[in-house]
Amino acid sequence: MIRFDDVWLKYRHDGKSSAAAVDVVSAMSFDIPDGGFRWLTGASGAGKTSVLKLMYLAEHPNRGRIDILDVHAARISRREAALLRRRIGVVYQDFRLLSHLSAYDNVALPMRLARRSETQIRSEVGELLHWVGLSAKLDRRPYELSGGEQQRVAIARAVIGRPKLLLADEPTGNLDDEQAERLMHLITALNRMGTTVVIATHNLTLVQNYPAPRLEIAKGRLVYDG
Amino acid sequence: MMAKAQRAQAPGRRKRVDQLGLRSAMADRLLPSLVGAMSFLAALAIAGSLAAATLARHWRSDSGAALTVQVTDPAAPAATGTASRLQAVMGILQASPNVSDPTQLSADAMNDLLKPWLGQDAAQLNLPVPAVITADWTQPGPPAALQSALDAVAPGTLATTGAAWASRVAALTGSIQASAASVLVIVALVAAAVISVATRAGLAQRREAIEIIHGLGALDSDIADRFAFRATWMAATGAAIGALAALPALFWLAQLAAPFAGILPSAAGPALPVPLWASLPALPVIAALIGWVTAQVTVRGWLRQLA
Repeated sequence: MIRFDDVWLKYRHDGKSSAAAVDVVSAMSFDIPDGGFRWLTGASGAGKTSVLKLMYLAEHPNRGRIDILDVHAARISRREAALLRRRIGVVYQDFRLLSHLSAYDNVALPMRLARRSETQIRSEVGELLHWVGLSAKLDRRPYELSGGEQQRVAIARAVIGRPKLLLADEPTGNLDDEQAERLMHLITALNRMGTTVVIATHNLTLVQNYPAPRLEIAKGRLVYDG
Repeated sequence: MMAKAQRAQAPGRRKRVDQLGLRSAMADRLLPSLVGAMSFLAALAIAGSLAAATLARHWRSDSGAALTVQVTDPAAPAATGTASRLQAVMGILQASPNVSDPTQLSADAMNDLLKPWLGQDAAQLNLPVPAVITADWTQPGPPAALQSALDAVAPGTLATTGAAWASRVAALTGSIQASAASVLVIVALVAAAVISVATRAGLAQRREAIEIIHGLGALDSDIADRFAFRATWMAATGAAIGALAALPALFWLAQLAAPFAGILPSAAGPALPVPLWASLPALPVIAALIGWVTAQVTVRGWLRQLA
């Protein structure tokens, strides 16, 4: 269960959240049940990315309560927060790949953090990169890959640990139609296996092709939930 | 296809993955060099402290134990009894449990002592030269009671030891050792500061990578340990090199100090004292400990700024 209860987030001009600054999320409340799927829509700058940041614990709300996977986010230790993050897969809008690591090592990162064996990592990472069409580019650094290829690496990294919650920020933005279709098949398959999914997008065609409940945000406020 | 992909990765998998790219973020020359210089200074400070202690011990045992008694007008009768003043004084010295081996300086020895002031044959000048008795003083303190006893039979007799000079040597040694300890503390603090600065530089350079790994669920210890391993290895390596580089200087200083410590020249050259040999291997261990603790504290403090 993901629950936002009267959540507020403010940013100071220097980028740090503070009580004396601009509201980027205001009085936001909604529930997403376990295994649910939500589109998170809204214009650019509406606050979609900030809502996702609150969900993957990169920001703490100034007010209100957030429960992620049934855990009260404000009442956990740093260690518990780290372990909770391991259950969350995130596809960032800017990919956030480590430039000094190969595509293979980027995808393997979550498994190595979870202390999985190299044998298991080799098997699962190889399989997933093959599935996203990058088996011939395992050793390439991110800067040697196209934008679409980098996005596929980022997606593979987000799902490699079979997360309980998958968050994606414009995941099809750099993909061609065929790759976007494959990605959505992967995400819906994970959702069917019980992963809760939240995808932020302004691509309404994508939303229409994969009908699901939608959270619409405008100027930091939730204006539609259904 | 899969097998081909896995074969392509096989060589890379054998090598430990530098997830944060620290091999380039924390330069492997500057930090070991600076820690090596600190280790070199620490080795010299330890050697200086040990040398001061050894020399002081040697000098104290020599000077503190030497008793010199000057008997004026030695042939005159003593204040008590019928013996001469010299015989009376000698009798007291021989009977004292704190004095051993009292010996009157011969005329030749006295002549040698006075030669610089009185010329080749001082005895012919017929001066009232006191008799001088040397002995070993076995007590640590000054010979006050002995002085009183000597005054009773031969007033004006002077009994002295090197205790006052030895106490000054002890004070000097103590201050040298305190200075050496201060140098060691300062060296340790500077080493910690250098490691902290290098770690912060690494953190700044790898900020984005750390944020990504943090976001993927890395524990603070996962990140701090990586920095700490790197800092530990570099500090230990630098300290080992610094300690080895100090060896020629230590042997040279040992050679200079040997005559003052009563060490006879040997064909094999000067030997370093055992405590110094034991201290030198401890330098890389201590540097490693400083590296580990400093990096852990620095990284964990820095990570607090992340959510």
